[in-house]
Amino acid sequence: MEVRDLKLYYGNDQALKGINMMIPKGRITAFIGPSGCGKSTLLRCMNRMNDLIDTARIEGEILLDGGNIYDPKVDVAELRRRVGMVFQKPNPFPKSIYENVAYGLRLQGVKNRRILDEVVEKSLKRAALWDEVKDRLHENAFGLSGGQQQRLVIARAVAIEPEVLLLDEPASALDPLATLKIEELMFELKEEYTIVIVTHNMQQAARVSDYTAFMYLGELVEYADTDTLFTTPAKKQTEDYITGRYG
Amino acid sequence: MDKSFFTQHISKQFNEELEDIVNRVMTMGGLVEQQLADAVTAMVEGDQELGEQVVTRDYQINAMEVELDEECTHILARRQPTASDLRLVMAVIKTITDLERIGDEAERIGRMALHLLEVDRVASPMAEMAQLGDHVRRMLHGALDAFTRMDPEAAVKVAQMDINADSQYEVILRRLTQRMKEDTEAIPRVMDIVWAARSLERIGDRARNICEYVVYFVKGKDVRHTSFEKMAEEATGDRR
Repeated sequence: MEVRDLKLYYGNDQALKGINMMIPKGRITAFIGPSGCGKSTLLRCMNRMNDLIDTARIEGEILLDGGNIYDPKVDVAELRRRVGMVFQKPNPFPKSIYENVAYGLRLQGVKNRRILDEVVEKSLKRAALWDEVKDRLHENAFGLSGGQQQRLVIARAVAIEPEVLLLDEPASALDPLATLKIEELMFELKEEYTIVIVTHNMQQAARVSDYTAFMYLGELVEYADTDTLFTTPAKKQTEDYITGRYG
Repeated sequence: MDKSFFTQHISKQFNEELEDIVNRVMTMGGLVEQQLADAVTAMVEGDQELGEQVVTRDYQINAMEVELDEECTHILARRQPTASDLRLVMAVIKTITDLERIGDEAERIGRMALHLLEVDRVASPMAEMAQLGDHVRRMLHGALDAFTRMDPEAAVKVAQMDINADSQYEVILRRLTQRMKEDTEAIPRVMDIVWAARSLERIGDRARNICEYVVYFVKGKDVRHTSFEKMAEEATGDRR
């Protein structure tokens, strides 16, 4: 995925000021930065969630496998199938565990029970949730813990075989152990998916990501491999932020 | 050290913790310098009392290393430092290891001083030993000074003094070898002086190590096992 000179305006306010970056395939890229720096906005641009905001206006391009996702010919529903998203608060549907995972496939018109069973099992296994729920697949998803719900949402996302997974603060509402499970899951999933995560938790970015981008006031200040960014950042702004100094 | 390094964290407690470990490195460094100076004096002048004092005081340095190590572990666990903070803690952990070893070398020199008879002292290159001792003590002082002032360029200059320390050591070794050839009876006692000279040479190496940690801390560049030219280049260049 490649972001090219991306600018986003909410009315007269410019939230993204010309972002350029390559998001490498099969790797985890983290966006960090203070609140309001534009990291979630940038993430939401990657599957055109900002289209839903009336005042938002976008310039520039985001290329997915070489094609601009903002091309008017792009089918946004298809784009969102290829680029899945998981939010801060787990948002399972008020349905059974099974139906949550099968939802995307049913939308695509899959009715074959055997195929649905297979995909549900495979997706729950990939999301490291299968062992915990295999005996209660038809119970309501709201009965799961927060951490389990978040893994269920990830299972729902991977069930439709996306290429990219966008995670917006996926663990900020979870306890430390549930957080570690999500992080472990990300590590398992990165073999097959390109993962982009927005997080306020710098230690989380340092633990899970291969590359880290530090954003500030709508600009991409520094983008480097995670080891370099957390040990020898090149920019003072990055250094001040990650070491907890006054900017 | 630039005071602002310790005043800009949002957490005042963290500022204090970092400042505290650096202050304690300086205290430890001061004691190690004293030990080294006393050990060399004990050896060169045959001051038995001073030699004994060096041997008995080494435990203080060991205790300081243990305490500082523990404090650094706490900082790593509680603060999860990054960037220059992380490099500072790493540099402190490594520096105190070298300081503790320098303390051990000083203790060894002190012990050797206690073994020597007056006749050995007269027949040995003690002026050269004193000179090497003074040279490595200045290296150690310079290394700690560069550490305190976060000055990588000064660190490179001190590290380069190690070339001179090595050649002084070789001169002493040649003189002692010659003496052993001439007086085989004296070999066991001359060997004590060889070990003491070797300790001084090693102290030079360890002072150089501390200089390398200064470059790492300030510039984020690992210059261990590289040439002086490379070290100088990294110390003066941009960080990345």
